[in-house]
Amino acid sequence: MKTHSTTLTERRVTTGKLFIHLIFIVLCAACIFPFLVIIGTSVQSESDIVKFGYSVIPKNFTLDAYRVILHDPAMLLRSYFVTILTTVIGSLVGMWVTTTYAYAISRKDYRLRSFLAFFIFFTMLFHGGMVPSYILMVKWLGLKNNLLALILPYLISGWFVMLMKGFLQTIPEALIESAKIDGASELRIFAQIVLPISKPALATLGLFFALQYWNDWWLTLLYVEQDHLIKLQYLLIRVLKNMEYLNSAEAIEYGLVKPGMMVPSLSARMAMCILAAGPMLLVFPLFQKYFVQGLTVGSVKG
Amino acid sequence: MLKSIRKNAGLSMLALPGFLLIIVFNYVPLYGLLLPFKSYRYNLGIWNSPSVGFENFGFLFSGDVLYRVLRNTLLYNLTFIVLGTTLSVIVALLLYELSRRFVKAYQTILFIPYFISWVVAGFAFRSLFDMEYGVINRLLVSMGEEPILWYSDPKYWPYIIVVAAVWKGLGYSSVIYYAALMGIDSEYYDAAKIDGASKLRQAFSISVPIIKPMIVMLVILQIGSICYSDFGLFYNVTLNSSLLYSTTDVIDTFVYRSLVDLGDIGMASAAGFFQSIVGFCLVLATNTIVKKINPENSLF
Repeated sequence: MKTHSTTLTERRVTTGKLFIHLIFIVLCAACIFPFLVIIGTSVQSESDIVKFGYSVIPKNFTLDAYRVILHDPAMLLRSYFVTILTTVIGSLVGMWVTTTYAYAISRKDYRLRSFLAFFIFFTMLFHGGMVPSYILMVKWLGLKNNLLALILPYLISGWFVMLMKGFLQTIPEALIESAKIDGASELRIFAQIVLPISKPALATLGLFFALQYWNDWWLTLLYVEQDHLIKLQYLLIRVLKNMEYLNSAEAIEYGLVKPGMMVPSLSARMAMCILAAGPMLLVFPLFQKYFVQGLTVGSVKG
Repeated sequence: MLKSIRKNAGLSMLALPGFLLIIVFNYVPLYGLLLPFKSYRYNLGIWNSPSVGFENFGFLFSGDVLYRVLRNTLLYNLTFIVLGTTLSVIVALLLYELSRRFVKAYQTILFIPYFISWVVAGFAFRSLFDMEYGVINRLLVSMGEEPILWYSDPKYWPYIIVVAAVWKGLGYSSVIYYAALMGIDSEYYDAAKIDGASKLRQAFSISVPIIKPMIVMLVILQIGSICYSDFGLFYNVTLNSSLLYSTTDVIDTFVYRSLVDLGDIGMASAAGFFQSIVGFCLVLATNTIVKKINPENSLF
């Protein structure tokens, strides 16, 4: 009797588990299906797309779309350059100002600690909004069409400071005390003791910053009109909105495509999407661990 | 006195760059809250532009646009909070039942939409909903149905927007709750098992109550930004199609359009002012309520 009931529960447990697996398989499929369509379409021939629509599996495999785009990749490369440049500078500087600020407000013996903590916390609750920021950037700082406009606004934010503060608070005070007794300066303590033991948190912060700068198109949309400063994601907006963009006079003017060339625009825009988004989509999941870690260290409580 | 200054100088120097950036990019713009009360002239600056009292607000409140964008913003955000939180907690609870190996595999895939920008998400949704070549319309045609004009018919968009938001955010938010679940002492479950509690009972009597403070905190934060929307979602996924505005226009897209496309700074800043003030009041109110019910769950 006893054994019978156990097997019954066990069976129920496994069917339950199977059901959960089924849910997740469906969810995962729904998650990646659109991406598969983008990939499939990018290697589909133009006439097949017109006939069969977008699909995951191409009827006739062709790399024409990639050939056309990579024929003269100057514009694409320039956007890559602007994106990489802003991502690297923005992430490094952002990590420095965020971590130093967070470190100061994590130190219990610091006089201005509660003032500075409130100073940043308040920005999470109350914003001036889009219009004042726009006037600040364009009129007062004169940063229209300036590379700095793509970097400065994201350098410090309440979320990231709180994230780092949560982590830095866990550093044992004794470690810092003993360095102070040895006569080390605050900068030295920060650079030689705090930073090295904060590597996991810094990795997390760096990834959040990199993701933010890499995926940004908003700052380009607001502050950039010149083509040599356009970021990848913004280039993609143009391609996304206008199906025939790659065949337009504008695209020729920007040097995206050669004049007189008939572009397979349906597959090319998908190819463009992959060339612009693909590399990072392969890189970021490798660091997923650090994103998860970032969510678990420290709490946001002010 | 001097000693105290010297003692704190090192840390102050470290905090200085961040402090200056916060002043410039977060506090200086607050001065712009005067904007809606002015008829802004680019050459005069904010202070010297002529005052117009509440005229800009008059325009804002008299049109039916405010009602539309406010309704859309609030309804979408409420849906995201309720549906998003519920689904994330459910997904986290389900993940918790599986072994680490599977959790990792599923999480990696569910996380993919989180890593992409809303622009790429726009591509993803267009590959499904494109009126001529999209997967869904082709499927409809092959079944003998009429294709649907997705990008010119606003009635479908409340669903598409919600699906898009859940699709992009589920991986990330479920991980937050999953991580919280992982921190629960297994003794609770062992005890429950001895008492013969079912899995469902364990989830509702142990897991959910323990992660409740975290759920409350994240919900407060979301309520605090209930007047704000993810601009990219409403701008890129809809292709900013003006035919869809009745169901996809939110405060942020309205402010953006007034500012950039129409150059109507008065209207844009009035709407932005409204958003800032109402948003701020909502965080304070929610936090006060939570504090009354359970002080431990409050944010500040």
